[in-house]
Amino acid sequence: MALIDKHKIIETNGTLLLVGALLVVTVGGIVEIAPLFYLENTIEDVEGVRPYSPLELTGREIYVREGCYVCHSQMIRPMRDEVERYGHYSLAAESKYDHPFQWGSKRTGPDLARVGGRYSDEWHVDHLTNPQSVVPESVMPKYGFLADRYIEPEYIEDLMKTHRIVGVPYTDEMIEVAKEDFVNQADPWSDSEGLLERYPNAQVRNFDGQDGITEMDAIIAYMQMLGTLVDFSTFTPDESR
Amino acid sequence: MSKKEVETTGHSWDGIEEYNNPLPRWWLIIWYLCIIWGIAYTIAMPAWPLVKGATAGMLGWSTRGQVAEKIASFEEMNAGVEAELAAADVTEVMPGSDVYNYAVNMGAAVFRANCSQCHGSGAQGNVGYPTLLDNDWLWGGTIDEIAYTVQHGVRNETDDARYSEMPKFGVDELLEPEQIDQVVEYVISLSDPDGDGTNISGHSYDAALASEGAVVFEENCASCHAEDGTGDIYQGAPNLTDAIWLYGGDRETVHDTVYNARFGVMPAWGLRLSQAEVNAAALYVHQLGGGQ
Repeated sequence: MALIDKHKIIETNGTLLLVGALLVVTVGGIVEIAPLFYLENTIEDVEGVRPYSPLELTGREIYVREGCYVCHSQMIRPMRDEVERYGHYSLAAESKYDHPFQWGSKRTGPDLARVGGRYSDEWHVDHLTNPQSVVPESVMPKYGFLADRYIEPEYIEDLMKTHRIVGVPYTDEMIEVAKEDFVNQADPWSDSEGLLERYPNAQVRNFDGQDGITEMDAIIAYMQMLGTLVDFSTFTPDESR
Repeated sequence: MSKKEVETTGHSWDGIEEYNNPLPRWWLIIWYLCIIWGIAYTIAMPAWPLVKGATAGMLGWSTRGQVAEKIASFEEMNAGVEAELAAADVTEVMPGSDVYNYAVNMGAAVFRANCSQCHGSGAQGNVGYPTLLDNDWLWGGTIDEIAYTVQHGVRNETDDARYSEMPKFGVDELLEPEQIDQVVEYVISLSDPDGDGTNISGHSYDAALASEGAVVFEENCASCHAEDGTGDIYQGAPNLTDAIWLYGGDRETVHDTVYNARFGVMPAWGLRLSQAEVNAAALYVHQLGGGQ
């Protein structure tokens, strides 16, 4: 045990101890983290998942800005009670274009991972304007001001480019027509063919029911698509994930 | 063994020496057991990352497998009664039967998770979202009508949804502003059976203006709301002669309703819920008090 007898060298040399400790932690970290990037059962491609449309992405920015994640999670855990209440458990792929992810860590309000299509747009307007008008026992604050804040897609291209840097596959074409897509998605009479081609299953309508595009439109567009991209009637979960 | 007989480690700091006591045996045994447990665990459960995938573990455990198994076990437990409920003609499920009792309990759970956000946790309704506790029904309160409404919803984008659209009499300039004022007055006067100038909701009205509104009502509103204002469940047109107001019965709100119209939407729950769940929700709502 000649090597073990030499521990006095490290124990009496602070710098050497520090370097040694760093090496040990590095090896541990690599072993734990690196495989996640190449193992097949940590990466699952799921049909239907696509980047957010410009309007949805703007709504998502508002969601983050208002700190919705503080009270609402977007992560249905694989447990029977959650699946019964919220729907199919969340897949990693469903938040792969989320930067940052909105899984959250606390549920003061319900999980929103599959809130899309669950309520009407009018309900969302009523609820955001005055949550207690529809859910008297709710403690959610009022967000009626969103309907008064008119927005323009001024920075949408920059926003999408930023997301592209961190790995969202926005094409040059998507960024080029982003402003048009932004406006078209909130207009039920627009020519939305191109938009739907670029963002399959996007919902096109006047979300807040009033003229002009407001933050209310954007956040409802975002919420109405949450969890709706994957068709679970055709999706077969691989058990080993 | 006295302490003096224990050897020291040989280290000495300023004359202070360190005994080389052995580790307590119980502690050592537990430590070795933990190591064995750790190794056994990584063999039994998913653990080690290899080149393409991680080891699956001898027990074949997975999070997804576990939840699927748990759901399946409950489905199997309820399979019989749930199949019976899904296949049942809701009008023929007898109160007191096993299927009925199961359906009402299941319906209560379905209601809390899916319906309460609009209709209220006690089904008491909210402004714009009808209460389900009374016997005033927009689209019919018989059990099969309720089941249809749950299944297909109201004014949504599906083909079978219940549909009707009130014209925007003000926005689309179908009526002159003074005609709207008249008809609003008439609508308020409709629920005044004793004719004392104040309706049963406590709103007073101008009788002269109301009588002028009667003509406007007959020409524009009666085709849906009926000539006597009692509404039509085949068109989802509410009864205007009672004290139940979906959006509010005060002058300003009624004016708003005539001017902008209303377009209440309910999702088609058949797309999201199973047939058994739809039937259960309908049976639950029907027995709340107002079922016909």
